[in-house]
Amino acid sequence: MVDATPRMHEGISPAEVPELELYHPKGWWTTYVFSQDAKIIAIQYAGTAMAIGLVALVLSWLMRLQLGFPGTFDFITPDAYYQFITMHGMIMVIYLLTALFLGGFGNYLIPLMVGARDMVFPYVNMLSYWIYLLAVIVLVASFFAPGGPTGAGWTLYPPQAILSGTPGGQDWGIILMLASLILFIIGFTMGGLNYVVTVIQGRTRGMTLMRMPLTVWGIFTATVMALLAFPALFVACVMMLFDRLLGTSFFMPALVEMGEQLSYGGGSPILFQHLFWFFGHPEVYIVALPAFGIVSDLISTHARKNIFGYRMMVWAIVVIGALSFIVWAHHMYVSGMHPWFGFFFATTTLIIAIPTAIKVYNWVLTLWRGDIHLTIPMLFALAFIVTFVNGGLTGLFLGNVVVDVPLSDTMFVVAHFHMVMGVAPILVIFGAIYHWYPKITGRMLDEWMGQFHFWVTFVGAYAIFFPMHYVGLVGVPRRYVEIGESAFIPPSVQDLNAFITVAALIVGFAQMVFLFNLFWSLRYGREAGGNPWRATSLEWQTPTTPPPHGNWGDERPVVYRWAYDYSVPGAPQDFIPQNDPWPQKAVAGTA
Amino acid sequence: MVPAFILVLVVLGSILFHILSPWWWPPIASNWSYIDHTLVITFWITGAVFSAVVLFMAYCVYRFRHRPGSKAAYEPESKKLEWWLTIGTAVGVAAMLAPGLYVWAQFVTVPDDATEIEVVAQQWQWNYRLPGEDGRLGKSDSQLISFENPLGINPDDPNGQDDIVIEASDLHLPVDKPVKVLLRSIDVLHDFYVPEFRAKMDMVPGMVTYFWFTPTKTGTYEVLCAELCGVGHSYMRGAVLVDTEEDYQAWLQEQSTFAELTDLRNVAEEVKP
Repeated sequence: MVDATPRMHEGISPAEVPELELYHPKGWWTTYVFSQDAKIIAIQYAGTAMAIGLVALVLSWLMRLQLGFPGTFDFITPDAYYQFITMHGMIMVIYLLTALFLGGFGNYLIPLMVGARDMVFPYVNMLSYWIYLLAVIVLVASFFAPGGPTGAGWTLYPPQAILSGTPGGQDWGIILMLASLILFIIGFTMGGLNYVVTVIQGRTRGMTLMRMPLTVWGIFTATVMALLAFPALFVACVMMLFDRLLGTSFFMPALVEMGEQLSYGGGSPILFQHLFWFFGHPEVYIVALPAFGIVSDLISTHARKNIFGYRMMVWAIVVIGALSFIVWAHHMYVSGMHPWFGFFFATTTLIIAIPTAIKVYNWVLTLWRGDIHLTIPMLFALAFIVTFVNGGLTGLFLGNVVVDVPLSDTMFVVAHFHMVMGVAPILVIFGAIYHWYPKITGRMLDEWMGQFHFWVTFVGAYAIFFPMHYVGLVGVPRRYVEIGESAFIPPSVQDLNAFITVAALIVGFAQMVFLFNLFWSLRYGREAGGNPWRATSLEWQTPTTPPPHGNWGDERPVVYRWAYDYSVPGAPQDFIPQNDPWPQKAVAGTA
Repeated sequence: MVPAFILVLVVLGSILFHILSPWWWPPIASNWSYIDHTLVITFWITGAVFSAVVLFMAYCVYRFRHRPGSKAAYEPESKKLEWWLTIGTAVGVAAMLAPGLYVWAQFVTVPDDATEIEVVAQQWQWNYRLPGEDGRLGKSDSQLISFENPLGINPDDPNGQDDIVIEASDLHLPVDKPVKVLLRSIDVLHDFYVPEFRAKMDMVPGMVTYFWFTPTKTGTYEVLCAELCGVGHSYMRGAVLVDTEEDYQAWLQEQSTFAELTDLRNVAEEVKP
């Protein structure tokens, strides 16, 4: 075993620029509402994301009721069903997962973990949240608009997205959806620039890049990717809006709708798919990389052991981030693009499995010879590995071009992406909330409710999505309101669907317990103290908990070591905080 | 203890589910059994990896769970182990990719003797066109579509006059003859999907896409749409009948050509007041 720990405080340079005075809020409104404190903004982001996420959860119940018991619920018409799946998908991917990981965890953790007082552009950071909120309001407004929200599927493929055969296509639905996405991207860009510049410029003395916790690496890389990927979606949205409102034909060829020649001509529906997935595939990793980073820190802290192969973990994050920009067309093997693209994209897609597999190995090798505390965050981290490995491996079916042909557009795909980018990252979000709630509020979340929430969510979600792969293997296509009579589909598939629906309702109920716990523990939770998990990274070393505006009191911390000094031989405790100069005494003038 | 036990149960449960599951793909009726084989190989490799990782985790959780006085080892990294794991993974990935690409090369190489047929999709029905006696399909353009000419066949192209037009009815194919399926849509995206044939492809308005296969078993197979095409998506069904050569010829005799259809419909138009 090679010792790679940068342990000594090899020459910590003095600060080069004097600290700037932070903006001091004067009243209640500027402290708690129009706040420029990244921690408040983080809570605003997280609260909004979870609120809209609840809408997505209810939509998933409605669509599962239809699939499990078709014909039982009269109000779920085909129109309504397509509106439910569309809004569920878009909310979960963009307005919940992206916003919560980057806007929520990014805002809370980046400044604290790198030893900054705040984000570098606090005012822009505040604007970012309010534009995000506006995007959410526009999205919700489409539920109340004439014709209802769009039912084009979350991929919004033209031409159907803007034609009358699709709910909301010729009404307000698609317009509000595109407007909301455009707003979201504007707001995100403001926040994203902050996260990137803060990581590059805002680190405290001694916090070298290779001493940063993997959480910061994950969020940082994901944000860089998002800044590069979202513009593709942005232009696609603007162009489709023009097609819909101004009669341009970016994505619209000459076509005949219901026997009538439309005035479009010359556009390319496949161009939209390329733009969408040039954003859409990196988006998968924009959600996954923060989860990778966070789960590394959860495992390391709760197994009392350094993350295994830290340098390899950092490089794996960066390599995955880079490769994810050249795999997008694996979503389009049967789209009608030139079939030779299949060779290239299948190869790049399977190559990306290698750095991803390295991450999995290093997580489980961190457990090896650890001192595993089965806390709630640790349980969620373990469940993440199970579901992520499962979902990642089914990705090898779908990425391997010819194997994808029979499976594409079936329920197998739905099961795959829910397992890998629905269940797995959400389990990390839960683990992270149980882990950092004590820092945010000063109190622990209730353990008993946490155990209940964990077991029902993990076992329940697995029971939903593992069998769903087999519905797809039978050949049941995705986005079907009902299977109907089909000779090749045995009637027992309907029983399996009913089982999945019941499991989904139970898992949904467990989330209500979680939400209750969030509020209940705020008041009645056990007092946590500053560092209840005895963790090394800087956010646990703040002078006061919860940390106030400015985070650090008079002096910012000085960093002497990486974030993973757990169970170091000879050390007085089984963890050494990053700002602890052990075995040296702090040198006067540097600390 | 309990978490380790449940992790083992997840693995055993998944394997048992897979073995006992009555839910498997319908019997194949085309030449693409290679695809099925590649899929089965992938199942074996991925199933083994999943079981190994989760069982290893379960062992760690059991063996290294916290007990009073226990302490973790200090072990930042191991270059050798990490490289071996990387190389092992790369070999496993190559073992799946190589057969995948090999079969894909066949999938995209249409045999010379394949008969071209055309599927034309619209919201929400399937139409077909077969080449007539000349063996060639005439040119088409969606801007020519009208009541008399539902598929937009160019009336000035002599190759198109004898094309056989099948509007919203069943397609018949002769068994054991390779077909190149040309795919066209006149409105939105659709996807011609027959589960028993394994192959499928989107149809995109404004362009012609294709795939090829050889039907190998006579029978009736359901056609579904596999690309969201609006509210009627789930109900866009049709049927393909794979016939013996005699049955196929008998069916073919009863179909109308483009020229016949145009005459018929023009007459119908004139009769209308």
